[in-house]
Amino acid sequence: MSDQVGTITWISGPVVRARGSRHVGMLELVEVGTERLVGEVIGLRGDQITVQVYEETSGMKTGAPIYGTGLPLSVELGPGLIQSIYDGVQRPLPLIEEAMGPFIKRGARFNAISREKKWRFTPKVRAGDEVKGGAILGIAMETETFEHRVMLNPDDSGTITWVASAGDYTVEDAIAKVKMGKEEKTITMLQRWPVRRPRPFVRRRGVNVPLITGQRILDTFFPVAKGGAAGIPGPFGSGKTVTQHSIAKWADAEVIVYIGCGERGNEMTEVLQEFPHLVDPRTGRPLMERTVLIANTSNMPVAAREASIYTGITIAEYYRDMGYHVALMADSTSRWAEALREVSGRLEEMPAEEGYPAYLAGRLAEFYERAGFVDNLNGTQGSVSIVGAVSPPGGDFSEPVTQHTKRYIRCFWALDKSLASARHFPAINWLDSYSEYIEDVAAWWREKTGKDWLTMRNRAMELLSEEARLSQIVKLVGPDALPYTERMVLETTRLIREGILQQNATETVDAYSSVEKQIRMLELVLYFHERGMAIIKRGAPINLIHDLPVVDTIIRAKSTITNEEMTRFDDIQKQIDQQMGQLDAEYRS
Amino acid sequence: MSVVTVQGGQEVVGVARIEGPILVVEGAANVSYDEVVEIRDSRGHVRRGRVLEVGEGFAVIQSFAGSTGLSIDGTRVRFLGNTLHIPVAEEMLGRIFDGLGNPIDGGPEPLTDRYMDVNGQPINPTARIYPRDYIQTGISTIDGVNTLLRGQKLPLFSGAGMPHDQLAAQIVRQATLGKVAGAPQTEGEEFAIVFAAMGVKNDVADYFRRSFTESGALTRVAMFLNLADDPPVERIVTPRAALTLAEYLAYELEKHVLVVLTDMTNYGEALRQISNVRGEVPSRKGYPGYLYSDLASIYERTGRIRTSKGSITQIPILTMPNDDITHPMPDLTGYITEGQIVLGRELHFAGIYPPVAVLPSLSRLMKDGIGKNRTRDDHPRWGAQLYAAYAKTQDVRALASVIGEEELTEVDQKYLKFGRAFEREFVNQSFTENRTIERTLEIGWKLLSMLPKQELTRVTLDEIAQYYKGDDAAN
Ligand SMILES: Nc1ncnc2c1ncn2[C@@H]1O[C@H](COP(=O)(O)OP(=O)(O)OP(=O)(O)O)[C@@H](O)[C@H]1O
Ligand SMILES: [Mg+2]
Repeated sequence: MSDQVGTITWISGPVVRARGSRHVGMLELVEVGTERLVGEVIGLRGDQITVQVYEETSGMKTGAPIYGTGLPLSVELGPGLIQSIYDGVQRPLPLIEEAMGPFIKRGARFNAISREKKWRFTPKVRAGDEVKGGAILGIAMETETFEHRVMLNPDDSGTITWVASAGDYTVEDAIAKVKMGKEEKTITMLQRWPVRRPRPFVRRRGVNVPLITGQRILDTFFPVAKGGAAGIPGPFGSGKTVTQHSIAKWADAEVIVYIGCGERGNEMTEVLQEFPHLVDPRTGRPLMERTVLIANTSNMPVAAREASIYTGITIAEYYRDMGYHVALMADSTSRWAEALREVSGRLEEMPAEEGYPAYLAGRLAEFYERAGFVDNLNGTQGSVSIVGAVSPPGGDFSEPVTQHTKRYIRCFWALDKSLASARHFPAINWLDSYSEYIEDVAAWWREKTGKDWLTMRNRAMELLSEEARLSQIVKLVGPDALPYTERMVLETTRLIREGILQQNATETVDAYSSVEKQIRMLELVLYFHERGMAIIKRGAPINLIHDLPVVDTIIRAKSTITNEEMTRFDDIQKQIDQQMGQLDAEYRS
Repeated sequence: MSVVTVQGGQEVVGVARIEGPILVVEGAANVSYDEVVEIRDSRGHVRRGRVLEVGEGFAVIQSFAGSTGLSIDGTRVRFLGNTLHIPVAEEMLGRIFDGLGNPIDGGPEPLTDRYMDVNGQPINPTARIYPRDYIQTGISTIDGVNTLLRGQKLPLFSGAGMPHDQLAAQIVRQATLGKVAGAPQTEGEEFAIVFAAMGVKNDVADYFRRSFTESGALTRVAMFLNLADDPPVERIVTPRAALTLAEYLAYELEKHVLVVLTDMTNYGEALRQISNVRGEVPSRKGYPGYLYSDLASIYERTGRIRTSKGSITQIPILTMPNDDITHPMPDLTGYITEGQIVLGRELHFAGIYPPVAVLPSLSRLMKDGIGKNRTRDDHPRWGAQLYAAYAKTQDVRALASVIGEEELTEVDQKYLKFGRAFEREFVNQSFTENRTIERTLEIGWKLLSMLPKQELTRVTLDEIAQYYKGDDAAN
């Protein structure tokens, strides 16, 4: 199916030049060399074709052929994506292992989606129905509980002439026929989509539902909305991956796409070995049954790393189109940007900042723009939320990738080296982070919990910034110099920091906090503050507050009280009342 | 220039250009990317190199041994038609090789017909086994709070003049398979050791050789030496040659292999040099934009795979220029490895050995190798508590330096005492002291007991009841 379109004239790492046909298209998928390695056309000038190759080019020779395919780099979409693990250009890693053993060798060719596996299909349309692009033609059960909505390709539309009856079909079996103009097209459950082209939708909706992650510092303090985009920058070892893994585990999305982009092999293995054994709190099914993994680790070919982000986002959009909420994690977008830089360097393009190509900002914008909460072509609503890790060299946020990313995201979770080294996790600095979704999601919180989250959240933030100011003074003169009212603030912020902000991802109870638990904890701490402040104002010394046994109880509540034991928080409130009540009585007179 | 085809590949006589270790050869056809070449100078001396770039009728070659003595007309380049391979065999343990894998101990070439590509191949993430077995090194700052697991890559970040070599030697000497606290000390399975030196002084290599000899490990060590006076470009190959042997030993012979790479900073300099000669666009501090990917192609050759019982554990050593952890070499290393052990100048001056700066140090895999049924149930929280308390000590010290120790609150004074004791009793240990895990845990609890109970919010109340021995233990 592919013809020779050129002859290789130059090879440097992942970049190859060839001379040949002027009919080769920009971004066309080509096969390079005698081993027919996969590549993509990234430059055309006269009869010179520049290709980035998705596999190791060692041993390739000039004079070898390249073959055209006439198609752009695309992914296969259909049932079977979920629970898969692919490399950056959607090659299934388990099949590569089966065929080639533990090491990834060149020239692997496998279908991304199994052609043999059968899926239980139930039609949702009838012959005679008019269908537009994106229309849901039927349902295939992708796992025991997950409905894969089989859709007409967004570019197609017409009249249904035939639909398969309910039954088990492979992705290549016909499930419908559609008359489009004069032609009748056979529809299967498998479609292809070019990764660099966003899938269409009708319109963007406002984003006002939070993506609940079960991470207190995120949900309570810096929420990201469903359909929103967040960046999580931080130096090495500060917690980007742990935070992303936590979100992948606990976020209230229906589908998770996790892209390991130029990061460690062991981290992907960890997900692969852990997720099948973790239970999704919402469906009761293993977490793996809602997860798609893309793993193009740091030692895998760098051009495929560049592609991995697009492979992932296209799969995410596909599930969004079915009407699902999808959360996509990319760890790390900096490695993707470096892949861009490496290819650009080999092309001897004019560099902009720090060797990155001038189009870095544009590419980042295109990527984050693919997040959104939308009305789909088929009338459903779905969302893609993006959480991108950023790995700034030396932890310096003024570098280009962090700076450009900041322009396209509305939620910034700034990781902090000094918090991480004090083992305050998640090491997200509450003073440097921000979320522009706070006002947007406030109504949701009120409706969901019946409580005024916004006011409480802002009050806690106020105390934390007050603490920052007071700490400056303490550093100069010691805490004793502060009036007791200010030391009361420090008592409370210690509770906020240790009791709420700190959250241990490795502890079963603490790893995930329900919305109810989060708001109740916040409420308790603020209650503690108010009562304490009243007593202090009556002249009680601060150490009496500091020494109350309930302080320890509050700090430990995160890991001693499960999401199902909400009434135990009422007990803590009673303890506050009782212990503070005594002091109150003493100092009232 | 002329091209002749000789046995074992085509040969080009004369080169077009020589610049540093880079040669441009014209007229060769059918050259493959990354192919190995033999470069023969006019006196017949042979050095090796590899192809960095091929174009129509030209090839850019990197000589592993520099270009001293090469002339435009007198140089012959023979293309060997394959990427760089080295022989691998079990009998290479106990032997010493140069940076390209040639024996330099006077012994014969290893007898084997197994040759492996020094570049290796990426491990498929689905084929990995996630590391979970800890290695007891007998060093509290590692076993206790930065536990090393089999299959982990954990570098030592150090600086000029600090005892990173001693620490690495101590780890190598004492490393044994970890066991649950309190379990009887069994005869530890012994590690095979692959040692690669890049641009270090002869006395460093000698130090390691002596240390291996004294501990009786020499027969299980293969050494690949590229010393300070050896050609810098050869350093690009040295860690890869070493890891190629390590992979053979671990994944085919099922051995547990400990790989020590020293000094990766010299490796990075060699890479930078080649990049600069080639006029590539630099990223930070003159290092090439692909430094991260290049380092990853070394560090990721660590781990365990499903088809073998063996493992590769890497301990790369880096001296940080100016003790600067944000320098591209430690920075990008930290972004790839699974944690780092950082040595601190102040502790070193204070006479503390090993001078492990606990706060910036980290073992990311620790959480999966410790705790119940692995070390002891309280270990994870005990570790977090020690960290938190020691971090707090730093704040208190800063405050004390401003307002004076006497002005500190009673609790803060306790933190000061804790901090000093932590450094002297926990961090500090002798070069020959091999602590069991229970001993390490015991010292930690003794130190935590110097603080009021209320301060210990990271450990559970049950753990406090069981292990806390402080003044207010009773209440
Ligand atoms: N929420 C958390 N709970 C417990 N431990 C955490 C948490 N977050 C981070 N850590 C600790 O910090 C370590 C480093 O975190 P992580 O691997 O996520 O860093 P990173 O920012 O992804 O680093 P890199 O850029 O090098 O990949 C973890 O191994 C873990 O020990
Ligand atoms: Mg990470």
